[in-house]
Amino acid sequence: MNSFELLAPEIILLVGGLLVFLLDVAFDTDEESGMSYAALTVLFLVAALIAVVLLQLHVEPEMAFDLMRIDVFGSFIKVTVFSAMLLVAIASNGYMSKRTNNQGEFWTFFLMVSVAMSVLASATNLVLIYVAIEFLSITSYMLAGFLRDEDRSNEAGLKYFLYGSVASAVMLYGISLLYGATGSLDLRGIAEGFAADTNGVNIVVLPAALLALAGLAFKASLAPFYQWAPDTYDGSPTPVATYLSTASKAAAFAVLARVFVVGLPQFQVAWVPILAGFSILTMTMGNLAALRQQSVKRLIAYSSVAQAGYILMGLVAVAATAESGMDGLNGVLIYLFAYLFTNVGAFLAVMAIEERVGSTDINAYNGLIQRAPGLTVMFTIFLISLAGIPATGGFLGKFFVFGAAIQHQYYWLAAAGLINAAIAAFYYLRVVRAMFFVADGEAAIKVDVPIPVQVSLLICTVATLWIGLYPSAILELANTASQQLLASMF
Amino acid sequence: MESFDQLVLTIILFWPLLAGLLVLMSNDEKTIKTGSIIASLLPLGLSIYLLFAYNFDAGGMQFDTGRIEWIPQLNASYHLGIDGLSLPLVFLTALLSTLSLYYSAGVIRTRVKEYFFLFHLLEMSMLGVFVSLDYVLFYVFWEISLVPMYFLIGIWGGKNRDYAAIKFFIYTLVGSVAMLLAILGTFLVTGTFDILEAAAAQPFADNLTLASLAFWGFFLGFAFKVPSFPFHTWLPDAHTEAPTAGSVILAGVLLKLGAYGLLRIMLPTFPNASVYWSPWLVALGAIAIVYGAFVCVAQTDLKRLIAYSSVSHMGYVVLGIGAAASVLTPEGLQRVAETLRVSEAAVADSAAMAINGASLQMFNHGIITGALFFLVGIIYERAHTRDLSAFGGLGAKTPYFYGLMMVAGFASLGLPGLAGFWAEFFTFRGAFGLVPYWTAFGTIGIIITAVYILWRIIQNVFLGKYDPARHDHWTTVQGQPVEGPTDVAFFEKVTLWPLIAGMVLIGIYPTPLVKFFNQSAVELLNFVKNLS
Repeated sequence: MNSFELLAPEIILLVGGLLVFLLDVAFDTDEESGMSYAALTVLFLVAALIAVVLLQLHVEPEMAFDLMRIDVFGSFIKVTVFSAMLLVAIASNGYMSKRTNNQGEFWTFFLMVSVAMSVLASATNLVLIYVAIEFLSITSYMLAGFLRDEDRSNEAGLKYFLYGSVASAVMLYGISLLYGATGSLDLRGIAEGFAADTNGVNIVVLPAALLALAGLAFKASLAPFYQWAPDTYDGSPTPVATYLSTASKAAAFAVLARVFVVGLPQFQVAWVPILAGFSILTMTMGNLAALRQQSVKRLIAYSSVAQAGYILMGLVAVAATAESGMDGLNGVLIYLFAYLFTNVGAFLAVMAIEERVGSTDINAYNGLIQRAPGLTVMFTIFLISLAGIPATGGFLGKFFVFGAAIQHQYYWLAAAGLINAAIAAFYYLRVVRAMFFVADGEAAIKVDVPIPVQVSLLICTVATLWIGLYPSAILELANTASQQLLASMF
Repeated sequence: MESFDQLVLTIILFWPLLAGLLVLMSNDEKTIKTGSIIASLLPLGLSIYLLFAYNFDAGGMQFDTGRIEWIPQLNASYHLGIDGLSLPLVFLTALLSTLSLYYSAGVIRTRVKEYFFLFHLLEMSMLGVFVSLDYVLFYVFWEISLVPMYFLIGIWGGKNRDYAAIKFFIYTLVGSVAMLLAILGTFLVTGTFDILEAAAAQPFADNLTLASLAFWGFFLGFAFKVPSFPFHTWLPDAHTEAPTAGSVILAGVLLKLGAYGLLRIMLPTFPNASVYWSPWLVALGAIAIVYGAFVCVAQTDLKRLIAYSSVSHMGYVVLGIGAAASVLTPEGLQRVAETLRVSEAAVADSAAMAINGASLQMFNHGIITGALFFLVGIIYERAHTRDLSAFGGLGAKTPYFYGLMMVAGFASLGLPGLAGFWAEFFTFRGAFGLVPYWTAFGTIGIIITAVYILWRIIQNVFLGKYDPARHDHWTTVQGQPVEGPTDVAFFEKVTLWPLIAGMVLIGIYPTPLVKFFNQSAVELLNFVKNLS
């Protein structure tokens, strides 16, 4: 295949984004056209998803323009990202049309964000990685602050922007150091450069890696670079928060994995303790903060910070060969895939309740089982999955990352995960408790969920249970993906 | 019939789930209740069939489904089977589930649909733990059992239900995750999730440190469930606050999951670590017996008293298993024989007896404490209090209730002729031949048990003169206010009679039950013997 064919998903999304943009310029926006823009977005996302599944899910790795490596690892991340975006797009028209008249703009950015994440999933060139991250960031800033008349949304966008631009700058230092030391921008070239060590500059690798890590950690909302996340997730429009906490995180993890596994494999001894520290810090900070939240949206926001910590466990324990089938990296992929459905579902459930009751406070959830039984049961399944109880996708993810940690005999890391699982269960169950055990408040409003949201929620529920109960197909794919990436290790 | 024998466990296992889904589709309260009771008769009937169909000559795992590929990437499979240890427990689970559903139909009036759905789900998960021969499957069922019980306590529980429900969940979750880590560790060295294969592969046999880590991971998981002292603190709250049928299942079956795990997984898979740590198990068991009994005496709440009696009685199980664990390796056997100056054969005999006693205690505690919790429920439905000071002289007012409580109480304190006696006898006889000092210490618990059963329950509640001024709010079981206490209603009698009959039957003729447990005890000891 030539490079353009290899980039089919990105091209489809780009065309879609431009099309929506042009249509928006050409016609006045009203309720009808907002709906059709959303429909177009869904259509193009489906097309991109099909393109990935058909063209790229079973390929031998190939380079496109020497900048991107089209492999199953990238495709797996793309499937994850597109699925998340698709689920959000299906459910969000009602929410956005109520709040803004510029829906054309919104959906344009939405598709552009998808392009950026898709590129990130495959990029192997540091400059392209940087550009894609900037592209992703800038569109995300705008989407986070999209509701111009709402202070909270403005705050979310601004906070994201201020933290994000500093993080990008720091990352750029890291990238230039890597380039300076090895004379290559390509990840594999960097690995080769360090291996040859012609200039005797391997000493810079630690600062360079740390600086680059800071930027990526910011995108993946890892502690100590996570402070923007709860405010941004809480303040931005719920559809935006949903993809920021899932798709965007998946793309960031893809880059993290590529940079460290492909670019800096010789220095595993050095970066493993650093990532392990990040992992423990992230889950602990996220969980402890989530314990005290009164708003369910904020609670889920902090919980998704904590979840990133678990995901990172897999990357810490990455192993080139693993007889047991737990090489760490496949744990990351499975966790991300399961987490996408779970967390998108959780955010959408919060959105549905927010829409009808007008609050995200935990008291608004009191006795919800009586008012919205279907929604409550689905939300409960998501919460149970986030807590990592078996028969759900969340369990499978934890199973694999814990397994990888034990395999490497990082018992302390596994122990930290254990303690965190208990803390996390406590606050997830607080929400369950409110929904099931507490009697209705005075302002008990019956919650009916719009059909599109129901569709998305149902897909999320089925997928969460499916991954939990019969995961062999997805495991096979994740194994191929991780093996391909690990095989490209220098 | 071979194909039926392969299918029968699968039917038993998933039938309750099917029943639960049907419950969700129905909207009529009466249909749900009758349907649930009738549906639960099938697993019960099939488990009775299994009791008769089990082939003692062949022994081992029977009604095996074979290994059906489930997650090939992990080498995890769908694999069920039962042996002499799990069969009686499957029967116990099915029996108590049916009785609980029947009893609940009489007393549960709010959110009926959810209640019965959750109960079926609970039954499935408990059965699943007893019949699974694959770690992943085992763990899935093990964890799922938390969820319905959490809801049962939280929705239909007593005043302090919020606290009790979350405490139950978090405590047992910590134990479970520790166990998960141990399972993963075992998998990574043996390359299989099959419980029997993993045991045969003897993970970490040459590395006591790692074996101990895995041992403690498993032990934490099981000890929280049993619950072994000092991991028992969730139990009084959960048992006290749960609705009657929930307490029955908690005490009757859920605690057995932990003890079952000790026998099925820990002893055969980690014999070296078991020998090394057996003094701890023995000590924890003996302390639980005595401590639990003393705490019972101090209780003012009848249900809390019964709850603590579970801590004491499950201590027998841990003591028996711990004692047997000390002789799992030839060195352990030799050491014990030399210290006590008896023959190795006598020591091995004692070990078999200790395991038999522990298994018997699991079963008997299930029916005895199940009955006691039903009895507490009966009085609570009428008096709406469980405060011991509110009762007195009920023997004259409610003779039938008095009679049932006497039988269950005496069975609980180990009166010869009733079920509890044999379990205590076997446990202490077996353990005495292995760890005499701790066993002697444990016998203090037997005396104190008599104290709290006879003094705190029988004398306090039933004897003396009935004084209406003590408690003036009585209703019938249906909730109509009445002057004084009313005696046991028909549906309550039906609930209790099978359990009472079981206590008497096993008390008089325990052989059939012992035969099952002895089969698996001998197999376990032979298995570890043949390792070296």
